[in-house]
Amino acid sequence: MRRIDLVGFAAGAIAAHPMRSALTSLGVVIGVAAVVMMTSIGLGAQQRVTSAIGGLGSNLLIVMPGASRGPGGGFVSQGAGSGMSLNDGDARAIGEQVEGVVASAPAVRGGAQLSAEGANWSARVEGVTPDYLTARDLAIASGRMFDDTEARQGRKVVVIGQTVATELFGEDADPIGKRIRVGAVPFEVIGVLASKGQSGFGQDQDDIVLGPLQAVRSRVVGRRVKGDQVQTIYVKAATADDLDRVQEDLSNLLRERHRIRNGQDDDFSVQNMASIMEAMQASVKTFTGLLAAVAAVSLVVGGVGIMNIMLVAVTERTREIGLRMAVGARRNDVLFQFALEAITLSVIGGAIGLLIGLGGGVLMAKLGDWPVAIAAWSIPVSLGFSLLVGLVFGAYPSWRAARLDPIEALRRE
Amino acid sequence: MIEIGALEKIYQMGEETVAALAGVSLTIDRGEHAAIIGPSGSGKSSLMNILGGLDRPTRGVYRFEGEDVGQMDDDSLADFRSRRIGFVFQSFQLLPRLSALQNVELPMVYAGLPPRERRERAAAMLERVGLGSRMGHRPTQLSGGQQQRVAIARALANAPDLLLADEPTGALDTQTGQEVLALFRQLNAEGLTIVIVTHDLDVAAQAGRRITFRDGLVVSDDKTGAKA
Repeated sequence: MRRIDLVGFAAGAIAAHPMRSALTSLGVVIGVAAVVMMTSIGLGAQQRVTSAIGGLGSNLLIVMPGASRGPGGGFVSQGAGSGMSLNDGDARAIGEQVEGVVASAPAVRGGAQLSAEGANWSARVEGVTPDYLTARDLAIASGRMFDDTEARQGRKVVVIGQTVATELFGEDADPIGKRIRVGAVPFEVIGVLASKGQSGFGQDQDDIVLGPLQAVRSRVVGRRVKGDQVQTIYVKAATADDLDRVQEDLSNLLRERHRIRNGQDDDFSVQNMASIMEAMQASVKTFTGLLAAVAAVSLVVGGVGIMNIMLVAVTERTREIGLRMAVGARRNDVLFQFALEAITLSVIGGAIGLLIGLGGGVLMAKLGDWPVAIAAWSIPVSLGFSLLVGLVFGAYPSWRAARLDPIEALRRE
Repeated sequence: MIEIGALEKIYQMGEETVAALAGVSLTIDRGEHAAIIGPSGSGKSSLMNILGGLDRPTRGVYRFEGEDVGQMDDDSLADFRSRRIGFVFQSFQLLPRLSALQNVELPMVYAGLPPRERRERAAAMLERVGLGSRMGHRPTQLSGGQQQRVAIARALANAPDLLLADEPTGALDTQTGQEVLALFRQLNAEGLTIVIVTHDLDVAAQAGRRITFRDGLVVSDDKTGAKA
């Protein structure tokens, strides 16, 4: 027979019981919609993690004072007694003595009340050197960055983020050359940073003021940081492949400079952004996999629903099967007819589920402010899976149909 | 056309073995109109199932136009049924979802005919059995006699060599039964070989040959032509 006629048979049988067919497909609809939605949510979370950590700067090592809380990095304890063990000299030494370092940028930070032209705003203030821009992948949108001399001399100039510029000077104003007060100290605005938008952790990265290290340390941060101490050193390596070696070398250098003997704990910690990103992505991936697996269970349940109805159909249509065999159907013709029926139910369910899943993902992104990214592969994969479900769960009923004895089948009431 | 020799069909019923056919030899020639008669359990249905290629004999020979049907595998039997045999059943066996025309098309679908040719031939067959005006009707919208005519049209669809009818009038009243039998006689007169299985002697009397079965054996073979 012509294979195309099998499609007609399958479509006819499905159309003969529209309600039953719809309910049979519903299981697959729900299953596929759930899988598509869960993978979209997972992918969205993954992208958020990537942009969150990537936003800090690429090939970045962050050196902080205080011992890390156990092996494998992690976040740093900066509690009482951890001390401010890093200083300007450490940053300079890393930049000069560790091979493969592009930028070694010391930084201190504090919060401060800003005021200019009658407007008030509070923001994060960082005291940095020009290398900071390189290390954090920042750019100047207008004006200029202060140079090394200005940083060292503690000149009272600042570069401000877009949010600060807008809040203090209004939407389209040019803040270059204007004066602002950081706390009680007047500074001159010499540059505006290019916008980086919201960070993946939900922080506004444009709500920032960068001032020369020395000026901020002595005038803004206050008593917490003394002399030439720094709170953070941002170290940018030339290449990602070099990151582990650079981390090792700079650790050795700092141990030497801090006179830490073998067996003693470091008085600083180094966070490797790449490995943190890897770890976070791995955990998000695991989580996504878990969600998708739970969703896949409902897809399997949908498949069982199809098998159930197909078994009922084979029983109901036993005489039809016998008659088809009597008028010349081969066993495989019967097998393919029922298999195609199951696959059609499943794939139609899969297609509807896909649309619902995609629609649900878009809706969640819009309404719930939830990061949702729809993977292009989810379309062929979900359709492929629904086809597989139809094939697997349609196989047994179809085999039962094809195996019937035509004489017995024709005699059935 | 049909040669069967020492044909046996043995069923295993639990511990017991039952011989539905206990060594039947028979030839049926092209153009014959034969009736197989006998009480239930005499083996006539088993013979029909084997003749129609729905079942295989346990032992013995079945040749159809020289083809060894008794030794065929499932697929070959399906093709044999498709090419050679037209079935007419007591309970019509029409598919209720399909129209009369689609029911008649069905055997041609399995024979691999393209849709246009199928429809044309199905329409011609329905005209031939006098149902040209009922092609779009579902089986439930037709009377018993009309349904059996649709079934006959379906049996003729692939131009079979042999029409096998199993109690074709069993579900019909006498009047419509006679009309169906008249249609059989007409088809036979046009050259079609027909074998009817029945326990109704009045039906058998209209056939040209009456083969009587009892306990799996032929007990009489009367070729004296139709008794009026």
